[in-house]
Amino acid sequence: MNQIPISGLFLGGLTSYAAAGLFGLSAHRYRRATRIVFCAFTCLGALLEGIASLAALLNASATLISIPSGIPFLQYTFRLDPVSSYFNLAFAVVSLAVSVYSLGYLDGFDVRKPLGIFCFFYSLLLVSLTAVFTANNAFLFLIAWEVMAVSAYFLVCFDHERDENKSAGNLFFVMSHVGTGALMAGFLLLGTWAGSLDFSAFHLAGAALTPIRQGSLFLLFFFGFGVKAGMIPVHIWLPAAHPAAPGNVSALMSAILIKTGIYGIIRISFDFLGLPPLWCGLLVLAAGTASAILGVLYALIEPDLKRMLAYSTIENAGIILMALGGSMVFRSYGRPALAAVALVACLFHIFNHAVFKSLLFLSAGAVVHATGSRNLERMGGLIRPMPLTALCFLVGAIAISGLPPLNGFVSEWLTYQALLGGFGSTLSLTRIVFPVAGSLLALTGALAAACFVRAFGIGFLALPRSPQAGHAHEAHPAMLAGMGMLALLCIGLGLGATVCLPILDPLTNQLLGVGMSGNLVVHGGLALSPGSPTGGTVAPAGIAGALILLALVPWALCAIWWRRGRKIPGPAWDCGLPGLTEYNEFTATAFSKPLRMIFAALYQPRREIQTEFEVSAYYPTSVRFESEVAPAFETHFYSPLVERIMARASRFRTIQAGGIHAYLAYIFITLVVLLVFGVRS
Amino acid sequence: MTETLAKSGFQLLLLLLVAPLVSGVIRTLKARLQTRRGPDILQPYRDLVKLLRKGMVIPDTASWIFPAAPYVVFVTAALVGLMTPMTATDAPLSLFGGVLAVVYLLALGRFFLALSGLDTGSSFGGLGSSREMTISAIAEPAMMLAIFAVALGANSTNLSEMARSAVSQSWRFLAPSQMLAFAALFIVVIAETGRIPVDNPATHLELTMIHEAMILEYSGPYLALIEWGASIKQLVLMTLLVNTFFPFGLSSGWSVSELGAGLFFYLLKLLLLSCCIVLVETTNAKMRLFRVPELLAVAFILGALALISTFLF
Repeated sequence: MNQIPISGLFLGGLTSYAAAGLFGLSAHRYRRATRIVFCAFTCLGALLEGIASLAALLNASATLISIPSGIPFLQYTFRLDPVSSYFNLAFAVVSLAVSVYSLGYLDGFDVRKPLGIFCFFYSLLLVSLTAVFTANNAFLFLIAWEVMAVSAYFLVCFDHERDENKSAGNLFFVMSHVGTGALMAGFLLLGTWAGSLDFSAFHLAGAALTPIRQGSLFLLFFFGFGVKAGMIPVHIWLPAAHPAAPGNVSALMSAILIKTGIYGIIRISFDFLGLPPLWCGLLVLAAGTASAILGVLYALIEPDLKRMLAYSTIENAGIILMALGGSMVFRSYGRPALAAVALVACLFHIFNHAVFKSLLFLSAGAVVHATGSRNLERMGGLIRPMPLTALCFLVGAIAISGLPPLNGFVSEWLTYQALLGGFGSTLSLTRIVFPVAGSLLALTGALAAACFVRAFGIGFLALPRSPQAGHAHEAHPAMLAGMGMLALLCIGLGLGATVCLPILDPLTNQLLGVGMSGNLVVHGGLALSPGSPTGGTVAPAGIAGALILLALVPWALCAIWWRRGRKIPGPAWDCGLPGLTEYNEFTATAFSKPLRMIFAALYQPRREIQTEFEVSAYYPTSVRFESEVAPAFETHFYSPLVERIMARASRFRTIQAGGIHAYLAYIFITLVVLLVFGVRS
Repeated sequence: MTETLAKSGFQLLLLLLVAPLVSGVIRTLKARLQTRRGPDILQPYRDLVKLLRKGMVIPDTASWIFPAAPYVVFVTAALVGLMTPMTATDAPLSLFGGVLAVVYLLALGRFFLALSGLDTGSSFGGLGSSREMTISAIAEPAMMLAIFAVALGANSTNLSEMARSAVSQSWRFLAPSQMLAFAALFIVVIAETGRIPVDNPATHLELTMIHEAMILEYSGPYLALIEWGASIKQLVLMTLLVNTFFPFGLSSGWSVSELGAGLFFYLLKLLLLSCCIVLVETTNAKMRLFRVPELLAVAFILGALALISTFLF
């Protein structure tokens, strides 16, 4: 593998991403040419990055790429160690598919929209994401982190005509910076204690610290990265910002941007801190479980398709954090083999979620483009005008619900096995958390299935629920190609899990010092096991093959008995009313009604019905129905918090009188204080 | 390879043939207990053959999901059956997946069935799908806790391993954790197979039906496949209950005499479990939909107690 010039490919990819944006900005007049060249450059960049990351991953050692900057403390150093390469690989795969999709998607943009600006910020996002995953220096990391937040902000606000998009962008911006503040504090502390700002110097730097310092560092980083990961309770920006962005950007944000937070947490807890205390792992596990269950519960009642997908992102981030937390706990208990199973589950789910969530967001983008609405109740019947988009969405829905034999099932199966192993092999009372987490994961999985039955069934099946849905059209071929790639990948990663998982060996080796694939893949590459073949096996490819073979049985049964040609089309039962219309159909709100009532304590649903009548209540002239679910975190936590901050802030208004002399005085005083402080120390 | 195929073929035949029989036995026993004469035990076979020979009406509003769902339901149920030990401890395809794969494969069948309910555009279908997904979702945590408790005892999630470890200590079902887990799983199985007090398989009353509402638009061979698939699923879940908790008579090999004895004991155990189900169905009334979560909460607590008792005793 040494023949492959990894650093050349990596820098080539970055340049290609950057060139795409600069070209888009400079050639904004020729929309068609801009679109094609922009997408070609981003595809090329993604390909180069993908090859470089895969080569670095297979190489299993760190590749250091350094560019001098001329600025003190700052050096553009990138390091492709297994962890970075893996995340960068997932990113490259998604960005390749999204770039292909964009070729068609950008065609549908309103001509009045500034395409050049969009291309610029989009490619800035690609560059900064790559830099975040590969930076080897805290300064560079923070710069890339900020550029990522800013470019994402502009993309979220791209459709700025709608006020809700602007406020979504602002919320994202504020939350993102609260998180960044914590990260800066963390990196500065770590830098002081480690004596350098290089990630290579941070390696195991926390191991020498006292448990209190270790714990406080962990909390700072966990909060800062948790905001980006969409962890509950700091998730509120996510369901607002992800749907507001254009379809291709939503896909990138939900699939990859939240993974920067997960990447950070993995870096901190496995690489920098050495061995964080036990409670850190338990905290991650608890936050993950809460995010998973609350995320899916909110997704279930959401009528807006893209917001629903955003909530489901919170759920999946939760599942990832559950596996990660499990891994950390097992590590604290000194069980590296079990920790490796949990870590593999976590890492595989990261990749899988990137693939199926981008697939779902891209399909949702196609649907929103075709129907002009994000509301599930305004879709319906789309499987007829858009059969291929519907098929792609269905594949994504099956995968994300964790159903066999697709990829989501494999990572959830590994998570269950890790949790089960945790209960069986740890001895203290804390082990009761594993089955509790496992049963909540089961609830999450089943609710996710309900959620996606609702999304696909209401959105794509039965009769169109609005004229726009009736006149929908199939997506652009390039969009279908992008979605098709991801759909095939969902199937491939599921059926070929036994082939794919050994690629994770360098990661477990780097983070835990154990290789797993030998124990994980058993029976000649046919089945997966949680470390020991007797502990249980699963063979996704075998399941798929058996399902196809067994389909011969019902086929034969029908062939033997059924007299062909007796398939009569007819109307569905309409209770004797004159014909079935979209008003008879079950709605998305009605579908989630039983669960809304069962979990009423969480949702606190409010319902208002006003009936106007002239003669008798049985003959209403008009009925007004209103139903609402209280957003618990916003009303009970964030609104009071914001109010209090605003009240305190208003007291400082007196020192902001607007006089320039006063401001100059403030600056002077600050300078003096800092000088005194600097000279004394 | 050929051996696995032969075993799979045998077990598949057994699944296909025994599943309607169990439905028939339950129906007949229930009728007798209610001092009705009830249909013949073989009636389900006649129904299936009759349905398979009939023509069918496909709603104009339906897409390809509608014809695909019966196949998925049938095939997932059959595959799950091949992963479960029925007469012998080693199931033909137990390598392909254990109890977790069983749960998720059944969920795959349910996923498509619920979609087909929505596919026709009739409100009954949507109503059934919504209720089915709700009940299965709240049944899941209880089921997973019970599975954890059993899997811990066997130290494996593989069903054949579970059966083997149960055989090796055949009085283990008297342990509190096992009894509690059995009770939890029994409630879950009642809910999953759509029996009273959760759902009434005999009703077509719109206010109460769940499973029947989803499949209201099906007719002819597709209906036959769904009914057959549902009875196979019921058989598999009952098999799980009898063979993981009461492994008596499970044969260790596949020779003819061993199989005969295994089959005899297996059918006997199924008969006993059917009697239990009939008793429950006859002595209880169907619950309101919003009472079902309370029943499943009981199952959840039983499952949790089962787990806690694994490290107390």
